[in-house]
Amino acid sequence: MSNLENDRPLLQAEGLSKWYGRQLGCRDVSFDLYPGEVMAVVGESGSGKTTLLQLLSAQLVPSAGRVCYRLRDGAVHDLATLGQAQRRFLFRTDWGYVHQDPALGLRMAVSAGANVGERLMAVGWRHYGRIRSAAEEWLDRVEIARGRVDDPPSTYSGGMRQRLQIARNLVTNPRLVFMDEPTGGLDVSVQARLLDLISGLVAELGLAAVVVTHDLAVARLLSHRVMVMKDGEVIESGLTDQVLDDPREPYTQLLVSSILPA
Amino acid sequence: MNAPAYNFAYLDEQTKRMIRRAILKAIAIPGYQVPFASREMPMPQGWGTGGVQVTAAILGPNDVLKVIDQGSDDTTNAVSIRKFFVKTAGVKITTSTADATIVQTRHRIPELPLTEQQVLVFQVPIPEPLRFLEPRETETRQMHALEEYGLMHVKLYEDISRHGQISTSYAYPVKVDGRYVMDPSPTPKFDNPKMNDCAALQLFGAGREKRIYAIPPYTRVVSLDFEDHPFEPRWSSGTCALCAATDSFLDEIITDDRGGRMFVCSDTDHCEIRRAAAPHVPETVTPGGSEASNSLPLEGGGLGRGSTDSPPVPPATPSPTLPLSGGGSEASTSGVDSGFRPAAGPGMTGRR
Repeated sequence: MSNLENDRPLLQAEGLSKWYGRQLGCRDVSFDLYPGEVMAVVGESGSGKTTLLQLLSAQLVPSAGRVCYRLRDGAVHDLATLGQAQRRFLFRTDWGYVHQDPALGLRMAVSAGANVGERLMAVGWRHYGRIRSAAEEWLDRVEIARGRVDDPPSTYSGGMRQRLQIARNLVTNPRLVFMDEPTGGLDVSVQARLLDLISGLVAELGLAAVVVTHDLAVARLLSHRVMVMKDGEVIESGLTDQVLDDPREPYTQLLVSSILPA
Repeated sequence: MNAPAYNFAYLDEQTKRMIRRAILKAIAIPGYQVPFASREMPMPQGWGTGGVQVTAAILGPNDVLKVIDQGSDDTTNAVSIRKFFVKTAGVKITTSTADATIVQTRHRIPELPLTEQQVLVFQVPIPEPLRFLEPRETETRQMHALEEYGLMHVKLYEDISRHGQISTSYAYPVKVDGRYVMDPSPTPKFDNPKMNDCAALQLFGAGREKRIYAIPPYTRVVSLDFEDHPFEPRWSSGTCALCAATDSFLDEIITDDRGGRMFVCSDTDHCEIRRAAAPHVPETVTPGGSEASNSLPLEGGGLGRGSTDSPPVPPATPSPTLPLSGGGSEASTSGVDSGFRPAAGPGMTGRR
């Protein structure tokens, strides 16, 4: 990718709002995300983080505003104007979506190899040996033993499932990954390893990512930029270190100060 | 009192029109599952109510009907459906594949190549090939609409990773006319090549699931596979104990409770014609013929189908009371085998 291309945003949100009837999901969110950039969305439960993520990944239709994405050919498209087939194609090739609960993002009844290979088969790979070796390679990269390639994820531990989910998403070399609480529900030592793995992969592959989390430590470790949400609105945003070390808004100060000292 | 209680072929004319419209749509979009308003039939769902409704809708007074179940004309399902149409439509029936204009089938395609004058009607239990991979019907419809069939290969991948080969042996998924992935009903994959470029119209009816789909004549039907694990229609060879055929699909028949078994053609008409043509071939096999079965190539396990799911069925004679007509094979059914052939083959292990 040329430098010129890196200078143009990959994903643009403009005035995104979502109302669930009278209930506000999120209001007037705008930002640009550049290639290779990781942005964290932090806030407490019910602040509209997941709604925002679903709007960005075209799983929800916004009540107002729009999301534009720059495809690999350089053309910028409003996601709402893309056909359903194109959107689904994007979703399984150029994008990844890591769910908080790995059971939602994995097929629990089929083997790990088939889980990783599914996207490859969806884009037309028809050679068993090559699909399998690609799957094994990815298991290596997410630190799962190759010998487990034929085991279904139902036999995996929580941390392994989450790593398998990441491998499954990254196998088609996406440019943008959405993560919804990627470390939720994992114990602290497993969280640390997973964060280490994710930050390594993101740097190595030059991924852009939107990470939704309520854990400020995750935001600090992974992200370049942070958006703080409260009651459906973005109240503060900026560079991660700046926001977390020198919060302006009272709510952000509260969030930062509520971290237990290590 | 003697007034006929039913319309011709049981269904009323409006219903038949509705089914015919669904059939026409299915023919226009090969492999696409067309919803239709499936009716209650005077037989349980699972007995082929979908196939019966399709047959009833296309049946005319001059048609000659053949009904087979697992390739056999004299099994319970075939006999009762045949009787049903004799009673409600009074059409001619036959056991001869060549003489039939409509062949309704469960689980097999006749060995004899079909012609342009014939229609093959399949009874389908589960029309959705993606059902066991993706339980949401809304999602599978979307996947068909957008031609997202990666998931079908996930199943085949899973087969290879577990068993070293594609172990799906029946209901083997096919792609019709380069577009829709289709479940060919639980026919053995042995029969898949017969669907490709077939001269006859093939109609599929699923009564419980309320779907009709079709393969028009001379349509390309490709079995899905991997480049390094190509589709193979058969994985073992055997010889029919009655007609010595080596190229037909064989049923394993349990002959006693001491492990005796034999392999015979599942297509009874095919077997009878071969025996009539070369009467010297078959050895006379007696009931409980463990000697005969010892002489068979047992290592291959027949066509790999287990025999565990149905106990030996008491011998049944092909019913001489059946008003068979138009079948040149009637003479041969009273031949050597009439004493022992069980009423049903041991069944597809894959009854789902």
